[in-house]
Amino acid sequence: MSDHRTTPGTDQAPDLSAVENTVAPSSDTVRVERAASESAGTSRVAGLMGGAFGRNIGLVLALLVICVVGVATAGDRFASVDNMVTILRLASIFGVVSIGMTFVIIGGGIDLSVGAIVALSSVWATTFATQTMAEDTHWIVMVFVALAVGGACGLVNGVLIAYGNVVPFIMTLAMLASARGLAEIISERRTQIVRVEGFKDFWSADVVGVPLLVVIFALVALGGWVLLNRTTFGRRTLAVGGSPEAARLAGINVKRHTALLYVLVGLCCGLAALMFLARTSTGSSTHGSLLELDAIAAVVIGGTLLTGGRGTIAGTVIGVLVFSTLSNVFVLNNQDSSTQAVAKGLIIVVAVLFQQRLARRSTST
Amino acid sequence: MSQPTAAPLLEMRGIVKRFPGVLALGGVDLDVRPGEVHCLLGQNGAGKSTLIKVLSASYQPDEGEILWEGQPVALPTPQSAMKLGISTIYQELDLVPGLSVAENIFLGHELSSAGMSQRGRTNRAAADLLGRLGHSELSPTRAVGRLAPAAQQIVSMARALSQDTRLLVLDEPSAALDQGEVDNLFRVIRDLTAEGVAVVYISHRLEEIRQIGDRITVLKDGSTVASGLAVADTPTADLIKLMTGRSIEYVFPARGDTVTTSGEPVLDVSGLELAGVFSGVDLKVHAGEIVGLAGLVGAGRSEILETVYGARRPSAGTVRVNGRELRRGSVPAAVKAGLGLAPEERKSQGLLLDQAIYSNITISTLGRFARLGFLDRGDERRRATEVTQSLDVRPAGVDRLVRLLSGGNQQKVVLARWLLRECRVLLLDEPTRGVDVGARSEIYAVVRALADSGVAVVVVSSEVEEVLGLADRVLVVREGRVVHEGPAQEIDESRVLDLVMEGSAA
Repeated sequence: MSDHRTTPGTDQAPDLSAVENTVAPSSDTVRVERAASESAGTSRVAGLMGGAFGRNIGLVLALLVICVVGVATAGDRFASVDNMVTILRLASIFGVVSIGMTFVIIGGGIDLSVGAIVALSSVWATTFATQTMAEDTHWIVMVFVALAVGGACGLVNGVLIAYGNVVPFIMTLAMLASARGLAEIISERRTQIVRVEGFKDFWSADVVGVPLLVVIFALVALGGWVLLNRTTFGRRTLAVGGSPEAARLAGINVKRHTALLYVLVGLCCGLAALMFLARTSTGSSTHGSLLELDAIAAVVIGGTLLTGGRGTIAGTVIGVLVFSTLSNVFVLNNQDSSTQAVAKGLIIVVAVLFQQRLARRSTST
Repeated sequence: MSQPTAAPLLEMRGIVKRFPGVLALGGVDLDVRPGEVHCLLGQNGAGKSTLIKVLSASYQPDEGEILWEGQPVALPTPQSAMKLGISTIYQELDLVPGLSVAENIFLGHELSSAGMSQRGRTNRAAADLLGRLGHSELSPTRAVGRLAPAAQQIVSMARALSQDTRLLVLDEPSAALDQGEVDNLFRVIRDLTAEGVAVVYISHRLEEIRQIGDRITVLKDGSTVASGLAVADTPTADLIKLMTGRSIEYVFPARGDTVTTSGEPVLDVSGLELAGVFSGVDLKVHAGEIVGLAGLVGAGRSEILETVYGARRPSAGTVRVNGRELRRGSVPAAVKAGLGLAPEERKSQGLLLDQAIYSNITISTLGRFARLGFLDRGDERRRATEVTQSLDVRPAGVDRLVRLLSGGNQQKVVLARWLLRECRVLLLDEPTRGVDVGARSEIYAVVRALADSGVAVVVVSSEVEEVLGLADRVLVVREGRVVHEGPAQEIDESRVLDLVMEGSAA
């Protein structure tokens, strides 16, 4: 302490000229030294390595273990290109919703209504009226309807949560009940067959051998990564989730941003509904039931903090793959869904415990 | 009331407590005798709260020892302190609002039989305790959340009494009370001390200390500057001198020659009011000027800043920046107009602790680094690096998590944010709280340099010395009103303390 002690009269003020320089900088002042940008560059690489592998190492291991079990128990039936495509197709719908969920959770919220919004969007996009209009014009009408319904549900959630101060858990629980109820009313609990040929042709197509659904998942994941890591929107999401008060006092419009996060997940649900139409050729009020639990589980085992402020898209993608590979292995071994559910529960707990330990170690260093 | 020869009940010797980058307590001694009221006196940030948190075992000391009835004791958990009979009533009351008075009193040591709680017995016992405290009118079954603050404090006292307390610590108990309630509190304290209970009493109000205290220990900058003074033999002037006495000197940068206060003010606040907190606040700050707001915690200083900044919606009055009126209660509008705030609770309100330094700095300027929403992260880091270098944030490197920085460097990160934004009005709330002594002078220099470059600065601080040393002009706030305004050179520390403490130091 003694070296910090100062006495009046001694001139220990720091170099003020440097301060003044930056107070009113002209746009083309001071090029920063090479060293600074280089060190930033190397640490960026280190950050990527640490981010994708370091933080999710446990999850990657879990995925490997599941694959080993798959090969051991089902052999070539598991380790085939066809089966890999099956797993990815299984993962795609739930993956798209999980990406949206990742944003909401990083932003400090939660959305329990995703499954119900998927159901409502799928039903609304396949009503007699919508499909007739689509046949008269273009199948893209169905896409607009599904996205509009999903986005609108998200907007209702977001506005009431952000501006009405309704707790996210309660608001989306209410949306869960009412959106699925509305889907049942509209469809009269009947399964609505997709009869627009243009829609079926386009959505069941392959892109260079890869099913369109898988391509969509990949694009959404990539888009989500860019949005989170490379845009002001992503940065603000991290800030709002990390400390809403600090974000507010830094001048961010926290309420508007929160509302937008729910719109984003709603749009993901609309897209997921379209993917359901493609996979099952039907719209139904039972689509996407319990999807919210799977999505939240994938996000959480992917290392996103439920309290907000921290999370990665890569983690969520791996989390999604863990669950879909697990179901695939169980199905190949003719195990019933009950044992699968138990295994899923175990994985969630183990993954979260493991990540907590990892997180503690990384903050202590 | 006290027996001066009695052996101490509690002795704390050479207590040292460090937080990352800050020495909160640098060797504090305290001895408390049974049956006495021992007052702990000191300015904000002197270490009183830290000391009682060590005593109640919320914090573990880094060095020093604690003796209880002459025997060294370890207090690893708050429960162990309670077991000895140490009860603490904090400023922010720690009651469960949804539970009844009786349930709160016996929370953690419920009266039960075979695991079943005994509601009747609990209520009767609670009524007894409340009666002992002279508040038999409080119903034991009432929910605590529906009681007035004064009544809640009585509940806290009853809770302390319910667990066989031998040492009662009261942290600013009179802050929320009116005179009649204070008198009643003192009566209760006297009853307790007559039974041999020792009381550690923390207050800013010297007047009260005169009334109730037996001995005084004075803290300043985390050290004991006087211990065990008899209240009766110590003149108030001496106490103020001890509290404010320069144990450490800060270097305040020289004021600019004469600030031009003739032109239009940059910040012009008039008739600002927040119902129930403050009213009629007029504040004009010119470019290059530093205006200080002095006052006690709870006098409304922070609320004034937050309202000017739009974080609270005023009930009356206007805020103008460069002549243009700001939209009420909108932080984005204030930031857009060129205001910046370094909030009081730096860690929770000012920073994103688990994010990198650079993203904390650029968070208010993100638009500048973005094209169509896509961030140019290279540019972002470059500008953040420039600003941190100019402010000498240590250690260097903008990718480090803000959590890992010391208090002073964290504050520099907050300042860097507004520096990068080139704000016109900077509002600083307790800019050096939790900041190391050495780093304080640097922060003062940065603030002065900002002012010299044309920024209008408003500083709120509980440390009178800081306000007087840093500001050009000083406003003293008491109970939501400005009671004095004038040049900083024309007023001294004891006069400010006098104004702040309702003339008690006259």
